Amino acid sequence: MELVSHTVTNLIIFVLAIYVGFHVVWNVTPALHTPLMAVTNALSAVIIVGAMLAAALTEGNLAKWMGTAAVALAAVNVFGGFLVTRRMLEMFKKKEKSAPAEGAKH
Amino acid sequence: MSLNLVTLLYLIASICFIQALKGLSHPTTARRGNAFGMIGMALAILTTAALIVKLSDMKAAGMVYVLGGLLVGGTVGSIMAKRVEMTKMPELVAFMHSMIGLAAVCIAVAVVAEPSAFGIVAAGEPLPFGNRIELFIGTFVGAITFSGSVIAFGKLSGKYKFRLFQGAPVTFAGQHPLNAVLGLAMLGCGIWFTVTQSWTPFVIMAALAFVIGVTIIIPIGGADMPVVVSMLNSYSGWAAAGIGFSLNNPMLIIAGSLVGSSGAILSYIMCKAMNRSFFNVILGGFGQDGGTVAGKQEQRPVKSGSADDAAFMMANAETVVIVPGYGLAVSRAQHALKELAHKLGEKGVQVRYAIHPVAGRMPGHMNVLLAEAEIPYDQVFEMEDINPDFRQTDVVLVLGANDVVNPAAKIPGSPIFGMPILEAHQARTVIVNKRSMASGYAGLDNELFYMDKTMMVFGDAKKVLEDMVKALEAL
Repeated sequence: MELVSHTVTNLIIFVLAIYVGFHVVWNVTPALHTPLMAVTNALSAVIIVGAMLAAALTEGNLAKWMGTAAVALAAVNVFGGFLVTRRMLEMFKKKEKSAPAEGAKH
Repeated sequence: MSLNLVTLLYLIASICFIQALKGLSHPTTARRGNAFGMIGMALAILTTAALIVKLSDMKAAGMVYVLGGLLVGGTVGSIMAKRVEMTKMPELVAFMHSMIGLAAVCIAVAVVAEPSAFGIVAAGEPLPFGNRIELFIGTFVGAITFSGSVIAFGKLSGKYKFRLFQGAPVTFAGQHPLNAVLGLAMLGCGIWFTVTQSWTPFVIMAALAFVIGVTIIIPIGGADMPVVVSMLNSYSGWAAAGIGFSLNNPMLIIAGSLVGSSGAILSYIMCKAMNRSFFNVILGGFGQDGGTVAGKQEQRPVKSGSADDAAFMMANAETVVIVPGYGLAVSRAQHALKELAHKLGEKGVQVRYAIHPVAGRMPGHMNVLLAEAEIPYDQVFEMEDINPDFRQTDVVLVLGANDVVNPAAKIPGSPIFGMPILEAHQARTVIVNKRSMASGYAGLDNELFYMDKTMMVFGDAKKVLEDMVKALEAL
C-alpha cells in the first residue's frame, strides 16, 4: 500500500483549521476586533519556528542570513503583537469601583 | 528529544493559539486568552530551540544567530508595543503584516537554498514537486503581503509626500489589464520554478509578487483602508500557512489558517458595513480621502446652536446616546467625552455609546479608543444592539460622524442605499458636532443635518466637549 503524501495530510489539517478558525472568530465580540488583529499578527509570527531552523541549521551564507533576518522580523511580531494586545486588553478591564459607574441612575 | 515529542508539543502550542482567539469572545476572558497565546508561542520557540540543539549534535553554534535575531526583533517589537498611540494602531498592524510577509519570503529563500537543513529531503536531493508548489505559494503571498502592507502603512499614516503613500487612489488606464499581465507572468515563473527548481524563475517570481503587492493596493482609497488592513491580515495568515506546508509543519498550518480565516471574516464584516462588495473595494478608485464638498447643492438652512445650548438639552434628557466617529479620535477628544458622560451621569442621565462597525480606521478601532479613555465597555453598544433603542432616546449626540448616520441609506436610489446605519434620525432630538458642513467620504449631503429636530454645533470636537462640560458644571 502506498503512503499518503505529506501534502495530503497537510491539506486535511489546513481545511480543518480553517473550519475551526471560522467558528472561533465569528464568536469574537466586535468590540475586540482590533485586539484580534493584533493577536493574529503575533500568531502568524509562529513562522519564527521555520526561521530558527533556517538560521541555526543551514550552512551556506545566503540561507543563514535569510534565516537570521526572518527570526528578527518575526520576533518583532511575536513580542510586539502579544504585548500590544495585552496593553489594549488592560484598557478593557473593568475599572475599580472608585470611579462610580456613569450612566447609572441615582 | 524525538520528532514525535516535538510534534506533540507543537500540537499543544496550536491548541493554545485557538484558545487565544476563543478568549476574545468577551472582554473578561480576553486577557487569559492572550496569556494562552504567549504560552503557546513560548512553547513553540523553546521546543524548536531544543530540536535545534539536538539536531546539531549538542554544538548548537547556530543558536547564536537565532538569539541575535530574537534579541534585535524582540527589542524593536517591545518598544513599539509600549510606545504606540492607540490612534496609530492601524499603522502598527499594517507594519506587522509587512514583517510577516517579508519573513515568509526570507524563509522560503533559505528553504530553496538548503532544503536538507529543514529535514524535507536528504542533502543534495531535489525538492519534491509538492513542496515546490507550496514554496511558490508561500513566497508570492508573502511578497504581496509585504509590499501591499508597506503601501497601506503609508496611506494610513498620511504624512509622507510620496504619491503612492497618499490616501487618494492611484488609477490609470489599463490598470487592471496590467495587474492581470503581472499576475500571469508571476504564475508562469511559478510553474517554471516548480518544474525546474532553479533560482532564475524563483527570483523573477518573487520580484513580480513585490510589484503586484504595490499595484493592487494603490488604487484603493484611504477610506477603504479598514478592508485593506483586514485583507492583508488574512494574506499574512495564508503566507504563514504556505510556509507551514513547505516545511511540513502542522503548527504553522494551523496558526496560519486561523489568522487567514480571521482576516477573511473581518474583511467580510467591513465590506458589509460599507454595503460594498469585496471586489468593488479591491478594484478601487472609490473612497477619496477628505471628502468632496457637494458644491452643486444649494445652501440649505441648518439650525445651529452653541455648546451651552447642547449641554442644557442633554442635562434635561433622560437618555442620551453618543455616536462617536473618527473625527473624535482625530481631535483627541475621548477624555473630554468621558468627562461629559460622567457629568451627565451625575445628573441622572443615562448615557450610552453607539458604535458603527466602520467608526474607526480598522475593525473595532473606536472601541479601543473609548476603552483607552476608560469608558466602561458595558456602556458601549454595537449597531444591531442599539438601533431599536433610538426611538426612545431623548438626545443623540453625533461627534464627527457623517455617513454612518445618513438616513439616505434608507432611500432607494441613493448611492449609499442599503448601507447599515445608526438610526440617529429616529431620536427625539439630535445634536451634531462637526467642523463644517463638508460631506463625508461618500461625498453625500446628509438629510439628518437639515431636520427640524437637529441642532448643529460647529467646532473642533475637543473644544466643543470641553465647553459642554463647563456649561454642565454651571447648570
